[in-house]
Amino acid sequence: MALFKLQINGKSYQTEAEADTPLLWVLRDNLGLYGTKYGCGIAQCGACTVHLNGEATRSCTLPVSAIGTSKVTTIEGLSKNGDHPVQKAWDEVDVAQCGYCQAGQIMTAAALLKRKPQPTDAEIEATMSGNICRCGTYHRIKEAVKVAAKTK
Amino acid sequence: MSSQLNHNRRNFLKIAVATGGGLLLGFNWTDSEAAVAGAPLKGVAAPAIDFNSYLSINPQGVITILSPNPEVGQGIKTAFPIIVAEELDADWKNVVVEQAPLDTQKFERQVAGGSGSIPHSWKRLRVAGATARHMLLEAAAKRWNVSASDCTTSKGFVLHAASKRKLSYGELATEASKMPVPADVKLKEIKDFKLIGQTIKNVDNPGILTGKPLFGLDFHREGMLIGMLQRPAFGYKLKSVDSAAAKAMPGIVNVVTINNSVAVVGKSTWQVKKAKDALKIEWEKDGNLESTSDHNRLFKEMLDSPNTTVRRKDGDVESAFKNAAKVIKAEYQCPFLPHNPLEPMNFFAHVKADSAELVGPSQTPEAARNQTAKLLGLSPEKVSVQLTRMGGGFGRRLNTDYAIEAVQVSKAVNAPVKVMWTREDDMTGGIYRPAVRYRFEAALDAQNNLIGYKLRGASINAGNATREDNFPSGAVDNLLIDSIDHKSPITTGPWRAPITNFLAFAEQAFLDEVAQAAGKDPVQFRLELLDKAKQKPVGKITYDVDRMKGVIQLAVEKSGWGKKKGVAQGFSVYFSHRSYVAQIGEVVVEKGKPVLKKVYSAADCGVVINQSGAQQQVRGCVVDGIGHAMYGNITFKDGIPDQKNFNDYKLIRMNEIPEIDVYFVQNEIDPTGLGEPSLPPAGAAVANAIFKATGKRLYNQPFVETEVFKGVS
Repeated sequence: MALFKLQINGKSYQTEAEADTPLLWVLRDNLGLYGTKYGCGIAQCGACTVHLNGEATRSCTLPVSAIGTSKVTTIEGLSKNGDHPVQKAWDEVDVAQCGYCQAGQIMTAAALLKRKPQPTDAEIEATMSGNICRCGTYHRIKEAVKVAAKTK
Repeated sequence: MSSQLNHNRRNFLKIAVATGGGLLLGFNWTDSEAAVAGAPLKGVAAPAIDFNSYLSINPQGVITILSPNPEVGQGIKTAFPIIVAEELDADWKNVVVEQAPLDTQKFERQVAGGSGSIPHSWKRLRVAGATARHMLLEAAAKRWNVSASDCTTSKGFVLHAASKRKLSYGELATEASKMPVPADVKLKEIKDFKLIGQTIKNVDNPGILTGKPLFGLDFHREGMLIGMLQRPAFGYKLKSVDSAAAKAMPGIVNVVTINNSVAVVGKSTWQVKKAKDALKIEWEKDGNLESTSDHNRLFKEMLDSPNTTVRRKDGDVESAFKNAAKVIKAEYQCPFLPHNPLEPMNFFAHVKADSAELVGPSQTPEAARNQTAKLLGLSPEKVSVQLTRMGGGFGRRLNTDYAIEAVQVSKAVNAPVKVMWTREDDMTGGIYRPAVRYRFEAALDAQNNLIGYKLRGASINAGNATREDNFPSGAVDNLLIDSIDHKSPITTGPWRAPITNFLAFAEQAFLDEVAQAAGKDPVQFRLELLDKAKQKPVGKITYDVDRMKGVIQLAVEKSGWGKKKGVAQGFSVYFSHRSYVAQIGEVVVEKGKPVLKKVYSAADCGVVINQSGAQQQVRGCVVDGIGHAMYGNITFKDGIPDQKNFNDYKLIRMNEIPEIDVYFVQNEIDPTGLGEPSLPPAGAAVANAIFKATGKRLYNQPFVETEVFKGVS
């Protein structure tokens, strides 16, 4: 066990974990941040997506010891009042069915729009195809990314 | 608290004054007349009577509706309250929906499955809303000293037009609760609906979009331990376990044997996962160790076996085939499939000396409770089950195995434990969709009329893999449907649209072949059969010919069937779970590869409650149906699944979906269900369009492994 100092959602956290513990489980088990989801554990489904210095990152395969001073943002910290343009677009389009994958979808979309404020359809597909939605809400995800791009 | 009961046959309601004032209406969502017990609304003292839901209106005008049904993504938590609010004439902005808290009492049909929630509850939800509205109206009339028939309601107010007075529901709620309960209330005319049929957002959006801990896996209790199990593959049992290394690892509290599995219990998920991987387990044979190659052989043997069960026999099939001018014969096969809800199986259990507490995602909480009670020797009321939101189910969570397992682990280690399955556990852990192979034979006479039809379903752990009274039964004079099943150690269970999810593909693809052999347009061919079923039905039929023709006509009209240049269209229609869906797929060939561009889907599910939820149910079903028909496959080697996670098991992704247009037949039929019926026809709409585009028939799922896609990634 080692002590890790983490910068998450603009706050400083200290927590003890084994060095190889994926950030996902530190967030969920140690810090009680349950918004970031477990789906596959091997960076295939995107449910665990967080931002690491603003970049979409799979937290299920990222050891806590590799984070250092990088700034972590989770769905809980994407906006103060749930009013990030991507969250608002997701509500407006009524994307969620079961909702389990949507935090990861939103974090992936928010990072995309930061990097590329007006993505083409092909760019949206290329990026968002990394995230699985078992309910098949892909049409609405795509639409919501476009709505968010417009309202930013 | 004053209260009154109304026991008429159609309805079972109770009105009371809510604690703190206002109106409280207890009612049942279910269609059973049996008494069911309810849980109290937050902050409201529930009357000690047997109801599973409440509608309350507080003096501030906030309307709270308790939703007892499990939410698995089917949108029930939004749709049910819409129905109540419609008849109540409530302002939707003032409606708050709460998931039922601890079901410490008995629950009736508290089940998510079979696309049955709305059909079962439609009438009584309307009656509940209409009753409350009637009493509010009476209360206002009394206060104004006017006739109730001169008053109207709108958006949470009672109005008296003649005197231009109005009162809000909040102001009237306490008085309304003292009004006599009407024996029979008048329900709205469907044309007067204001909320039902509109586009209304998911009531849980705020929590979902900000990452609130809504799901089973998010449940946490101070002092709770995490458990994971290593389970045997199919046909194996536990021989021995060496857990010394695992037990010595940090954070590990205990390693115990539960039936034939080994459970590791510890303080954190990652520690438990690592210790589970460090277990040294020896398994031994305990049944047939089956491989996919065995199944392929078994299918052929079963299809030629004399030991089938006849499910339906009409006319003289033998003569029909003997006298046929043309006979068409084909076989179709579909593999086992895991459900793969994105939230893997998990459940929290705390077994105490004389009670047990369960929390988690279940499509059948009542079964979980009863089985737990039986296992622990407790009476059912000593077992509580709290429902969480479910990260998908697709039928997997109709089974209670993972909840019972959590109970066993908690009991064994004498502590509160949340048992979670890794993705690998979930994908290799069984309760799959069964695997099937069908043989179809059709006899045409010299005029290309379908005079004989045979279907044999061979399956592994599916029971009867046919639906013998569904179309085209009733439309063919001479027909034989039989089935045969192999019992396998590979566990199976319901998978979204059970049986029909593969039967519809096979049947609708085969009918396309028959239409081609008959030289008829595929749509026209079905319409002729339906006309026959209408005018001169043969034996029993379970489908409504006019509703099936209605969806066919809608799909044909919207897609421009047969009139489009540059795209190949494929047609499919199916009746399942009480609703009717016709679909037309459009394929183009790009660089030698068939690409699915668009699907038109036309459904008749009766009255549509919520356009937003309904449209997404259809799109989701089509994506699900296409995705699994194209890519889904789980194979076995000596009882061990070959695919273990999303790196070797493919789910459809955004870049692989077609455009999907959704249409509903508008009618006034009571809702007939929408969680499943749009899935079954999807596979054949794609396969038939691919045939039109390439001249190649698709007989086996997954399609990507067939010739037409070979060499294409």
